Amino acid sequence: MTHTAHASTPATSAGAAGAAGASDGAPASAAPAESRTTVPARAPWSAVVPAGYTLTIVDLGGNQAVDFLAYAAHDTARRYSAPDTVQGQGNVFLTTGSVLRDCEYQPLMTVTADTCGRHDTLGGACSKESNTLRYGHHTAHQHACVENFLLAAAEHGLGKADLVSNVNWFMNVPVEEDGTLGIVDGLSAPGLSLSLRAETDVLVLVSNCPQINNPCNGFDPTPVEMVVTAPGGGDR
Amino acid sequence: MATPHTGPTATTGAARAHARAQEGARADAMPYRPARTWPAPPPGVPAEDLTWAETVAGGGYTHKIIARGTSLRLADPVGDACAHVLLHDPDHPVERLNVADTVKVPWQAYVTTGHPLLSDQGRAMATVLEDTSNRHDALCGTSSLARNTERYGDGTAYGPAPAGRELLRLAAAKYGLTARDVPPSLSFFQGVRVAGDGTCDFTGSAGPGTHVTLRAERPLLVLIANVPHPLDPRPEYTCSTLEVLAWPGEPTRPGDELWESTPEVRRALTNTADHLAARGIQ
Repeated sequence: MTHTAHASTPATSAGAAGAAGASDGAPASAAPAESRTTVPARAPWSAVVPAGYTLTIVDLGGNQAVDFLAYAAHDTARRYSAPDTVQGQGNVFLTTGSVLRDCEYQPLMTVTADTCGRHDTLGGACSKESNTLRYGHHTAHQHACVENFLLAAAEHGLGKADLVSNVNWFMNVPVEEDGTLGIVDGLSAPGLSLSLRAETDVLVLVSNCPQINNPCNGFDPTPVEMVVTAPGGGDR
Repeated sequence: MATPHTGPTATTGAARAHARAQEGARADAMPYRPARTWPAPPPGVPAEDLTWAETVAGGGYTHKIIARGTSLRLADPVGDACAHVLLHDPDHPVERLNVADTVKVPWQAYVTTGHPLLSDQGRAMATVLEDTSNRHDALCGTSSLARNTERYGDGTAYGPAPAGRELLRLAAAKYGLTARDVPPSLSFFQGVRVAGDGTCDFTGSAGPGTHVTLRAERPLLVLIANVPHPLDPRPEYTCSTLEVLAWPGEPTRPGDELWESTPEVRRALTNTADHLAARGIQ
C-alpha cells in the first residue's frame, strides 16, 4: 500500500492536545500566504509544506529541542535520511545551506536561514525505551519524542517502521576527538529560529521534545512556533 | 522457422546432466554449505561448529537469521571490504537497529570492542566482542542509487557499481520487508572521524587481514551489503571480498566483564534478557 498525504495546502495538525488553536487544523480553502501555529511544550505537530513554501521554526523560550522528520508527501517511503544528509555536506551539523536529503539522496528541504548556528543530526529521538538505558528504569513512563512521532505519524497513515534517525533543531551534540558525544547545554536562545524551504511537497512530523533528564530543553520544555510561508511571502 | 538447436543440452536429459555436472565448481564469492567445509576456521573454533561461512564479493550482499549467543565474525582479508549491516528482530522486524541510539546511549560515536548495537526498543541486539580494525562508521550510512550513478555512472543492483541501499532493499525483500524497513545502517572496515567543526573525514581501511566479531544478544535477522563506503574518495568502485563466519555461543550474562562495563550496557543487556525471558527464551 502506498501512503499518501494531501499536499495542496499547508494544512497543519496540532496533535492530541489541540491547544495549538482550532483554526490551524481546519481545512483551508486556499493556501494562505502565512500560517502560524504555537506548538505547546511536549506536544506533536505535523504539516504538509508545499514545494516552494518555507517552514520557519522559532525557539520561543530558548534551548528547546525540536525533533523533526520529513517525508516526500507523494511517496512517504522516501524519508529524511540523516546519513544521506551528512554524506551530502560532509558534516554532521546543520545550518544555513544544509540540504535535508531523503533515503534516496534526493533533496527534501534546504535550510535558508538560521540564527542559532548549529543543529544536530546524530542524536535521534528520545523514547521511553531508550530513556531506561540513558537514565534508569524510573524514566520509563515519562513522555518522549517517539510517542509524539507515533501520534503524528498515525494521522498520516504512517507507523513505527516509518520512524528513522531525525533532525534535532536547536540541540547541541558535540563530538570530541576520541568519539565521545553527548547532548550538552544548548546554543539557542529565546527568539532564535531557522527556516526550511520545501524542495518538493514535504510532510513534516515534529515532536516538541519533552525530555527533562538532559539539558536539551534546559530541563524545562517550552512552546515553539511554526510559521509556514508561501513563496514570496517573506521569510522571517 | 529457426533450425532446431542440436547442442549438448538439446534434450531434457542432456540439459539435466549438464546442470548436475556443474556441482563442485568454485567461485570467488560463495556460501560454504555445510559451513564446516570452510577451509580455515578462526583459532579455537572447530570447523564443525560453524553455522555460517560465506565470502561476499564487492558489490554483493548476504543475509541470515542467527541464534542468540552466536558469534558473527566479519573479516576483510584484502583490505577494501566495507560491510554495511542491518539487524532486525526476525519475529517482529519492526524492532531493528537504531544507529542514533547506538551512538547516543553509550556516549560514543566510534563503534569498537565493547560497544552495544541497540534497537529502537532500548535493547542490545548485539555487542562488539573483538575488533582488530577500529575503522568503522555509524554516521554516514550506505550508498544510494542516485549517488552511485553520480559518482560511478551506475548504482543499480544488477549493474557494475551496486549501491548499498539497493542491495539492502533486496536482502530485506527476502523476508517480506520493504524500503520502509531499511533504516540507516552501520558499516565496518572503512572509518570516518568527525572534526570539531563537524566535518567528516574519511580514514579508510586499516589494511588487509582485520576482523570484527559481533555477539548476537538475541535472535537476529542480519542483512549485509558489501559495497564501497559512501565517502570513499576513490573514483573507481573499489570493494574487495568480505568473509562472514558464525558459530554458536553464549550471550553476555550478568557478571561478565562486558555486562558490567558501563551502566548503559548493563541496562541494555538487562532489557534484552527481560524481553527474552518473558517470551521463554533464556
